[in-house]
Parts: sequence; structure tokens; C-alpha cells
Amino acid sequence: MPYSADLDIRVTDSSLRDGSHAKQHQFTVEHVRSIVGALDDAGVPVIEVTHGDGLGGSSFNYGFSHTPEQELIKTAVKTAKGAKIAFLMLPGLGVQDDIREAAGNGASVCRIATHCTEADISVQHFGLARDLGLETVGFLMMAHSQPPEVLAKQARIMADAGCQCVYVVDSAGALIMEQTSDRISALVAELGADAQVGFHGHENLGLGVANSVLAVRAGALQIDGSTRRFGAGAGNTPVEAFAAVAEKLGIRTGIDTLKIIDAAEDVVRPIMDGECLLDRLTLTMGYAGVYSSFLKHADRQAGKYGVSGAEILVEAGRRKLVGGQEDQLIEIAVALAGKREEA
Amino acid sequence: METVTKATAAIVGSGNIGTDLMYKLLRSDLIEPRWMIGVDPDSPGLKRADAHGLIASAEGVDWLLAQDERPDLVFEATSAYIHKENAPKYAALGIKAVDLTPAALGPAVVPAVNLGAHLDAPNVSLITCGGQATIPIVYAVSRVTEVAYAEIVASVASPSAGPGTRANIDEFTKTTSRGIETIGGAARGKAIIILNPAEPPMLMQDTVFCAIPVDADRDAVATSITDMVATVAAYVPGYRLRAEPQFDDPTPVSGGLARVAVFLEVEGAGDFLPPYSGNLDIMTAAATKVGEGFAQRVVSERVPS
Repeated sequence: MPYSADLDIRVTDSSLRDGSHAKQHQFTVEHVRSIVGALDDAGVPVIEVTHGDGLGGSSFNYGFSHTPEQELIKTAVKTAKGAKIAFLMLPGLGVQDDIREAAGNGASVCRIATHCTEADISVQHFGLARDLGLETVGFLMMAHSQPPEVLAKQARIMADAGCQCVYVVDSAGALIMEQTSDRISALVAELGADAQVGFHGHENLGLGVANSVLAVRAGALQIDGSTRRFGAGAGNTPVEAFAAVAEKLGIRTGIDTLKIIDAAEDVVRPIMDGECLLDRLTLTMGYAGVYSSFLKHADRQAGKYGVSGAEILVEAGRRKLVGGQEDQLIEIAVALAGKREEA
Repeated sequence: METVTKATAAIVGSGNIGTDLMYKLLRSDLIEPRWMIGVDPDSPGLKRADAHGLIASAEGVDWLLAQDERPDLVFEATSAYIHKENAPKYAALGIKAVDLTPAALGPAVVPAVNLGAHLDAPNVSLITCGGQATIPIVYAVSRVTEVAYAEIVASVASPSAGPGTRANIDEFTKTTSRGIETIGGAARGKAIIILNPAEPPMLMQDTVFCAIPVDADRDAVATSITDMVATVAAYVPGYRLRAEPQFDDPTPVSGGLARVAVFLEVEGAGDFLPPYSGNLDIMTAAATKVGEGFAQRVVSERVPS
């Protein structure tokens, strides 16, 4: 079954949310106006705008926002003519009042993320979002770390709480081909007509587009990407490349391929501090199964303490850190620096 | 007679926290845990209490309060919702309540900071586990320099976060944030909680970030923190620093603020709950310490017979 009469699948662009990590949360109102304007014009149906770590993310632990995210959401809502504006929130960091404020500012899609074994902390937030009349999406983060049947059970908790589409979220960019489609299939089988299934990919092993196509073939109806890969780690599934591939495969996304290719080059790239690259650190993240948002933090601590960023990331993987534990990277760097002095 | 020198106590809530608390109270020189109150006759906590000589009842709080002999103190280890129902009943009978739920009805108490401040209050709140672990550090910084903003990150092993915490995680962040301000002494507070399912389970880890003036006396801040860790460790033996306090100059991503970062770990005593549940151990240890403060007062006010 297609997503709707016009679309086989629906794409959400996360440049202005996941890209916030790459931009170290320094987005301005002008950046949002430019990117939303270009993506909306290219037919991107949903655009997510929030601090990289979701509502309330502006902090010492994740980095303070240049401009309050609720201001950015208001700007996005005002700018978009056709696209819906989405926001992300992580229970334990953001609170229900943040959801109310974002809804009041005109955002219409509420995306609630938990680590993929902790879905039950999202129940009150899904309930509120539905009461407010928002469309709901659930994120099971670090989905590579659990087998399909575990993810399916967690997806059921979200769906029962009011989530309308549960995403398999490859936060570490560590899923490889069938590992993606097996997880999507398990969720589709569990949820049936109760909720849709989505896929959020990262490029840390260079597989964002390929994994997304396999996800669609396994029954995913929503796909995330970021134009020009603008996101954490090696970046997200590039929306312009995915749109091109989807068009060639006859998958209707509603996105104008040539327009999104232009938007990536002319509008999004100039706002990025640099390209999101598959380099030593980001490949290490996919290889070691580390949360993509740790990249800039590991890089910064490596610089401050004179230790290897790759070693910090490998240790983060060994400790099985989950999204949100950026504070631990500092302590890892201190410990590595201590070891080096002893040697 | 033992009861002359000890205050009597009831533990309301026979779950994991109530059971762990029972073992700590059984060792206390000032408190005699005499009742364990639950609502489920099959509760393992009630069976353990019975085995240790407590009066164990599944008839709930109304049963307890209808007895001829009533406790001097009640430790509430149920849920915020239930404590809100029970608190007026305790108060009406003059029973002091130590609240381990996040209900936050009474003034908040962190033993290392304000143990003696609320001995006259009918009901005191222990805030949250994250609050007990981190507020002392915020206070340690704010007693030597201005703290415009403090932020804490509590990482807890998934199996030690119970259904109550999970169903209302906003309560944790809000109650803890408020405690960082009112007791910690920060002008503004923020709390973050992370549940980590790693196996074997991780020990509770807490990070405290305090914004400090650029010209703050960093040695004085570090000394105050180290002293405070020793104060808390006196009643929570597994409470310790994982690294020396780390200082940072202002940067754009720090919001233009200088800061000190403090990395803590809490290993539980393993009385009933496993050692990784430092988050629960620090609550029952703090409850015991607070209860002993009340008990001293109760015993000293008793008319000798």
C-alpha cells in the first residue's frame, strides 16, 4: 500500500535538525528561511526543525543554540507553503511543555525519540501529542544494537501509546543492507495497520541510500534524509540522491529531483560549515556502532586533551554509550590523557 | 528498652526501594522499622519484612493508621500519585513523613546540604535520585562562587529505572531542576536523565556542569567539590569522583559561559538492590539519614517513663 494516492513514500528532511549537530547548533532565522524555502519549493513534504538533540537540547551537554529553537520553528512555519514542519523531542531531556509550545508555534508533526530499548518513557508524550492534534512519529534510536524482534516489541509500545509511524533509526550508521530490511519487516509484521514504519539512515558506512531503498522494499512508508547529507556523523541519507534513485526506481516521493539537486548545491551547501564526510572519525563511528552526534564532541575533547578522537569513539562504543551521554566523552578523554601521562 | 531510644517507623511501599530501605533501617541506631505496608499479599517485599520481624500488612495505609499504636515516622516508597493521597492522613495524625517519591509536597532535603533545616516540617521530600547525587555538588560550587546556571546529566542503568519513573519521566526532570535551584543555589537549573541498557548494567553516573565567572577561584571550587564528595560518601559509601573537576573557558557552544564539569559515580551498597542501582541506593541512604534526623528529635522530646 502506498503512503497516499500521490506518494508511494513520504520523505522528511532533517537538515535543520540533524544538521544542527554539524552546525554545532548555530542556526539562525536566515538559515532556516533559506533552507525551508528551497526544500518546500522542491516539494519536500516534511521538514524537521529543532536543536539537534530535540526540544530543550540547548545545554552545556549538547551545545547551546545560537537562536532559540522555538523561534526557528516559528520561522519555518511562516516560510513553508506546502511542507509540514516537524520537531523532535527526547523524553528525559525535553518535557511536555516544550511540545505544547512547538504545537502553539504551528509545527504539526511531533517526533519522539528514545533509545531503542526504552520506548516506555515516551508514553505520556505521545498521549499529549495526540491530544494536541499533532501527527506523531516515534524514533527507536541506535536500532543496530538490538535484533528485529526486540525492536518490534518496542515499536508496539510506541504504537499503543499513540504513535502513528515508528522509525528504525540507524543513529550510528551501522546497519548493513539486510540488517535494515530485516528490522523494517519485523516492525511491519508487528504493527500491521496500527502504524506505519519508517527508516532514518546515516552515511557512516556509506549506505544511507541503499539501506533506504531496501527499507522501502521491506514496507517502510516514511524515509528520512538530509539534503547534502547535512547531519551528524558522516551525515544523513542525502535527500537529493535518494530522490534521484527513487525516481529511477519508480518510487513516487513528490520531490522534484532537479530542484532538490539545485537546493543542495546552491542553498544548503553554503550554510554548512563543511561537507559531511566519510573520514576516519565518521567511518570509525559506523564501524564501532557509535551514536553519530558524538562526532563534534569527540573532536572537541580530542583537541582539548590532546588525545585521539578515534580512540574516544572506540571507547564510547566499548562502554555501550547511548544517545545523550555526550558528557561521558569528556571523562573518556580525561582518562585517555591520564593513561598517556603514565606511559 | 529499645523503643525508648529509637523512633518507630513504617515503610509504605513494599517494592524494591522499600525493601532496600528496610535493610538500611534495620542497621540504624535511631530508627526501629516496625511496619512494612503494601497492597499485594504476594509481594516479596512483605514476605522479607515478615521474615525480619516487621509487622507486614497488605491492607494499605488506612489499616496502618487505624491501629492503636502508630509509627513516629513514615517512609513513603510508593509513587507520587499515592503519596499525594496519603500525605494529609499522616499530617493529621502528627506522623512525620519522609517522601522518596517525586511528589515534592514538603520542603526538599539533601542531607549533605540542609539536613537540619526542616526538622519541624511534617513532610520532607528527597527530590529524585539524580537530585541527591548532584545537588550537593552544585551547592559546593555555589558556596564559593556565583552559579548562574547548573545542569546535570544522570545516566542510570535501565533495569534500575522502575515503571513509575518511566511512566512520568518529566517529573524527574522538573523536580530535579527545581532542586538544583532551591537547594543547590544555582540561579537556573536543568536536569537530563538517560537510561542505558548496557549489559552488564552500568553503575549510576552523574555529570554536573556549573557555569562560573571567568575569574572564579578554580582551586577553591575544586577543593569545595572534593570536600563535598567526602561529606556525601559518609552516608553513601559508594559515592565518588571519576575524574578531577574539569574547567573550561567560555566558547561559542558553551553559550559564552566558563564552566566546571564534575564526573561522579554511585555504586550501591548492595543491601537488597544490586550495586549498579546506585540511583536507588542513594535514595534509601539519604532517606535513612533524614529519618535519623527526625528520630533524634522524636526521642529527645519523649517524656521519660
